[in-house]
Amino acid sequence: MNVIYILWLRQLKRYSRSRARVVSSLAQPLLYLVAMGYGLGPVFQKAGMGSYLNFVAPGLVAMTILFTSVFSGIDLIMDRQFGFLKETLVAPVPRVWIILGRILGGATVSIIQGLLFLGVCLIAGFRWHDFHLLPLAILFMVMTAIVFAALGSVLGCVLSDAQAFPLMMSFLIMPLFFLSGAMYPLANLPGFLTFLTHVDPLSYGVDGLRYALSGTGHFGPLIDLGVLGGCSALLVGLGAYFFSKIQV
Amino acid sequence: MSDAIDQPGASQRAMITVKNLTKTFGDFTAVKDISFTINEGEIVAFLGPNGAGKTTTIKMLTTLLKPTSGSIELDGLNTATQPNEVRKRFGIVFQDASLDDELTAQENMDMHGALYKVPRRVCAERTAKLLGLFELQERRNEPVKRFSGGMRRRLEIARGLLHTPRILFLDEPTLGLDPQTRNQLWSQVKKLNVEERVTVFLTTHYMEEAERVAHRVFIIDGGRLIAQGTPDELKKQTATDTLERAFLALTGSTIREEESNSADRMRQMAKMWGRR
Repeated sequence: MNVIYILWLRQLKRYSRSRARVVSSLAQPLLYLVAMGYGLGPVFQKAGMGSYLNFVAPGLVAMTILFTSVFSGIDLIMDRQFGFLKETLVAPVPRVWIILGRILGGATVSIIQGLLFLGVCLIAGFRWHDFHLLPLAILFMVMTAIVFAALGSVLGCVLSDAQAFPLMMSFLIMPLFFLSGAMYPLANLPGFLTFLTHVDPLSYGVDGLRYALSGTGHFGPLIDLGVLGGCSALLVGLGAYFFSKIQV
Repeated sequence: MSDAIDQPGASQRAMITVKNLTKTFGDFTAVKDISFTINEGEIVAFLGPNGAGKTTTIKMLTTLLKPTSGSIELDGLNTATQPNEVRKRFGIVFQDASLDDELTAQENMDMHGALYKVPRRVCAERTAKLLGLFELQERRNEPVKRFSGGMRRRLEIARGLLHTPRILFLDEPTLGLDPQTRNQLWSQVKKLNVEERVTVFLTTHYMEEAERVAHRVFIIDGGRLIAQGTPDELKKQTATDTLERAFLALTGSTIREEESNSADRMRQMAKMWGRR
């Protein structure tokens, strides 16, 4: 257990020591918040959908978590290149513990980032629907963070080269984000987009957060929790499997 | 020079037993059918030109890489079936960096202590002792990224010794170190060997170091073990007067840089496409 803790702590220490990372991973969702939140606001309002800022903010909180957690997992590639990975691979502990520590550490960091960004949204004018749902909001943040930290770890195990970073960005992270309903309502979409949004696990994280923060939802919180729970079990399992197979 | 032989120090208990070890990456054979036994308390230098298969062998011995065929036993435990038990027995100083740059020296040591389940108090004592020994005590709370190359090496070595391993693997540990630090390192290694009967398996390109510390020398070339014996035996065998000349007589004087690079590339490709 101590092993899980020490690797979790490592992720937090690394996070707290690189302010550049904190700022840069908040900058992108902030840009979306300003450009989209205010830019699309009037159109959204005219369509009778209410405040776009209130709609999009939970989606952007989910985005912050997505980016931070996937990259914390992919960080494994950096550990592989800069060598620290070997130190953990020769250690006499089950590798499952090591990868669990990493996933939980990455998830924790991204939850902190998500909460920070939620603060930014509140400053920018986001109106929280019901503060009593804070625990539920945090639960959805935790679930989303674990799903994508585990996904990042799977990728970090399978890929061994930092050149894969831009590929991941274009072919995985951005599609996950844009096909999640973070930016638009999931109702009345064309058939193929309905399909894509329904298979994107982030949709359920966004939907859950939107329920807890803005009081509107598409799937309902129970379905959201179920899907996120299933995905996290699957991806943590896969991450543990691939990590146990790593050779350097 | 001769103290290595005066002081075999080794018992007859086998600490490392390797049988018919082979490793291939795609079409490339990095290690071909190697067998050897190292007894408890021996210091063995594993020498060979670049790309000869030294690091691949060490990686297999330390459970980082699975052999294509053959078997390895460390302290009577099989690396394939009991990797975690095996991992408790050895410490390793890798050829390339394996520290966490963002963490301090102290934190790197603490991390190692936790990974090896060294009791907290023992860990603190040994850390202080080892950091003192390698003259890092004063800068223990600085992040490793601010350390020079030599300081990093010293920290890696200190860390490898933290959990008092039975076997110590040193993969080119003195690369990039100044003579003072090299001298200190080998003195420490010999001391550990004598006082705690730690078995040492090392690779180096500095023949005079091997001659100075090793009881026995293995020479590997092209993935095959081509000679083994005490430094004196090898010199006698080749009718030369230094280990370096003996080494050159056995391995020829062609430069092997290309082989090493193509091997690396093969490995890289194999990894990228998932053929591990």
